[in-house]
Parts: sequence; structure tokens; C-alpha cells
Amino acid sequence: MKAEFIALTAPDLMLASLLVLALIGLGARLRLGVSQTLAVAAVRTTVQLLLVGLILEAVFTQARLSWIMLIILVMMTVASWEILARQKRKLKGWWGFGVSAFSLFISSFLITLLALFIVIGADPWYTPQYLIPLLGMLLGNTMNGIALGMDRLVQTAWQQRGVIEQRLMLGQKDSDAIREIARDSMRAGMIPIINAMAAAGVVSLPGMMTGQILAGSPPVEAVKYQILIMFLVTSGTGFAVITVLQLITRRMFDTRERLRFDRLLKEAG
Amino acid sequence: MTTTAMLRLEDLKIPSLEPVNLMVASGECIGLSGESGCGKTRLLRAIADMDEHDGQVYAEDIAQDQVRAHEWRRRVALLPAESLWWFDTVEQHFSAHQPHIGALGFEPDVMQWQVSRCSSGEKQRLSILRLLSGCPRVLLLDEPTANLDAGNAGRVEELIRNYLAEHNAIAIWVGHDAEQLTRVSQRQFRIRDGRIDGMDEA
Repeated sequence: MKAEFIALTAPDLMLASLLVLALIGLGARLRLGVSQTLAVAAVRTTVQLLLVGLILEAVFTQARLSWIMLIILVMMTVASWEILARQKRKLKGWWGFGVSAFSLFISSFLITLLALFIVIGADPWYTPQYLIPLLGMLLGNTMNGIALGMDRLVQTAWQQRGVIEQRLMLGQKDSDAIREIARDSMRAGMIPIINAMAAAGVVSLPGMMTGQILAGSPPVEAVKYQILIMFLVTSGTGFAVITVLQLITRRMFDTRERLRFDRLLKEAG
Repeated sequence: MTTTAMLRLEDLKIPSLEPVNLMVASGECIGLSGESGCGKTRLLRAIADMDEHDGQVYAEDIAQDQVRAHEWRRRVALLPAESLWWFDTVEQHFSAHQPHIGALGFEPDVMQWQVSRCSSGEKQRLSILRLLSGCPRVLLLDEPTANLDAGNAGRVEELIRNYLAEHNAIAIWVGHDAEQLTRVSQRQFRIRDGRIDGMDEA
């Protein structure tokens, strides 16, 4: 009992692109310095999304496990790089990448699997119509949380390394010496998703739900999916940030509870 | 006799310094001086196990690596040249009741002070109280009176002397003032050209 859904045509999109073109023109006239970046971003989003659309269509009709695994691998690799790229203080080589990839894996990937097997019960479990959008949403949010939490932890600990050492000198355990900073980092990583949950439906209509409604789903069905996504995203982000904090803290201190930025950061000798 | 030594350094290796061997008896205070950058601070940090190092340190016949690092530092406490504070009020930095407040010229209400409003000298005196509040067995003092006037420096000297006597603890006091080192310590050493002079007891 799917309601009618109106397919968009190329002229429809061109009309919308006129708005962006107008904005680019106005920005250039007022010398606001955004026009070029805006144009590049608009072209990028069009090309990237069209490509993804084509790929997804191919994958959806084929539904071959090997293809899907490849897509998952690419998504997770890009997300891991993205996390590292957003760090103000660069982590040492493969170790930093490993932390990002590992925490994405145990949060986003495992939770997506859990949802597919137990909650949604898709058959087969790798049905791409479910797997790829779910994983994508989880990865996008978890990646943000990890990037924010990791950046806060490393950045604050580096700035306060004197205080951390002072606390160690007074006989505090390493976990106590970094407690406030870890707490702060956890909050930094979780705040976007907590805000999103609090504002959902009142201040903002979440994108996925809006999309489903536009595509003709009954609102209550869309809402149920949205709640599922919110819970998955929240727990995914939370577990991911906790994992990252644990791994980085462990790397930051050695077995003798000494502060060891030389093991963690590229430029700290 | 090794069993009477309370602090024992065996072939402790610090960059730019010859391996250090030293025995310090209960209640004793060692004075250590030398030009800045000669390795005094690094020596204290190695004894407190704050940096990686070779060689062994024993405190009351417990080897450094025999106990967990934070337990070691509760016994062997390092007072850095510049004290740092991370909470708003003084009191939040103290875990136990502090019995020595008066000894350094503070009123009891000092505990409610905002750290941000303390002068560097006040912070230095408070950091000594904070160090002693953990009842360490070995005090590693890195220029403990550098920011203090003569009156307060005298108070600190007396407080440390009393603490050592009362607890049978020991101290290594790093400073530049030769007269002060003679006053507070029983033996003095000087680091010169990567060697510790005055290490006479062989």
C-alpha cells in the first residue's frame, strides 16, 4: 500500500541548480570569497552522488556478497582516513589509522550486523537496500563522534601535559590523572548525537525519515525506522568513542604510568 | 650495610651523566647543586620513575619496578620547580587533612582560596604542603624555595627538617644556594662535567 511517489526529472534538478548558481553569482558580486568553493562543492556532490547512485543500482540488482564487501571496505577505509585528517595533532602512522578503523569496525559494522540479523531480519542479511544505507548512516555519525572525541583528548592532554605529569608525581594513577580530560572528550564526541536526539521531531525532522516520507512511506513507519536509527547511531557512537579513548589513553601512558607523547604523536620527539 | 640505606641508587643512568651510585640513610638530607641543564632535574625524574632510564633504585629495599608506578611515586615524591594546579580551589588538590598549614604561615582558610589568585610564592609553599600531605618516604625537592623570600624559605627549611626527623624520611634537595644546602643537608654533591663530585663514600 505504497502511496504514489513523484520521480524527479533532470529539468527539476536544473531548476534547483539555478538557485545555487544565483547564490554563486551574488557571492562573487559581493566579493564574499565563497563562490569558487561553493561551485566546486556543488559539482562534487552532483558527480559523487550520481556515481554512487549508479553503483548502488548495479549492486542492488546483483546483490553479490563480494561486491558488497568491497563497498563496505571502501566506506570504512575512507571514514578512517577522514577521522585522521580531522585531527589537529597528527597521530603516528599506521597506529592512528588502526585505532580509527578498529573502533569503526566494532561500533558501526558490528551494530549494523546486529540490526540486520536481529532487528530487521533482512533475508539474506546482506540485502544491500538495508545494509548499505544503515552502515552509511552509522559510519557517518560514528566517524564524527570519533573524530571529535579523539581530537579533544589528544589536544587537551597535550596542552595539559604539565598538569598530567604533576598529578602523576603526586602518586595518582594514570587513569586518575587523565580522568577530567577523558570525561570532557567523551562529552565532546557524544554531544552532536545527544543534541540530535533531543531536537528530533521538534526542532528538526531527521533526514532519513523525511526521505522515507517523501518517497511515500506512511509517517509512522518512517518514524519507527528513525527511532531505530537513532538508537543504533547513539550506541555506535558511544561505544566507538569509549574504544578510542581507551586505546589512545593506553598508548599515551606506558606500563610505568609515564606520559609518552613520543609514542602517540608525529611531531612530539 | 645495604639494609640500613633507605634510598639506594645503583648504576642509575641519565643522559649526559655518568652512572650514579648513591646510598642515603634514614632521616638524611642530601644537597645537590650544579649549573642548569646539568641533569639535576632529570636525575630526580628518574628516581621518581617519570622518565625511562637504566639502573635500579631501591627505597627501603623495595625496588622501583617491584611496585606499580603510582605506588612508587607515593613513596618517592617529586616536587617540581614549578607547581601546577588543575582544580579551582586549593582544597580540591588535597586528599587528606593537612596538618602543616600553620608551619608555612598560612591560616586555615587557605584551603578555600582560589588557586588562580595565589601568587607564585604562595603556590610554591602550598605545593610543598600538598607533597607532604601524601606522607612520602623520600622527598625529591627541585629548588623548593626558588620563589620565596628569606623568611618563607626559612620556614620551608624548618618544615622539611622536622618532617624528616618525625617520619625518619629522607630528602634530596636541589638548589643553587650553597649556604642553604649546608644548613639543610648532611652531605652535599655538585654535578660538574657530567660527574657528581663529592661522591666520596666508596
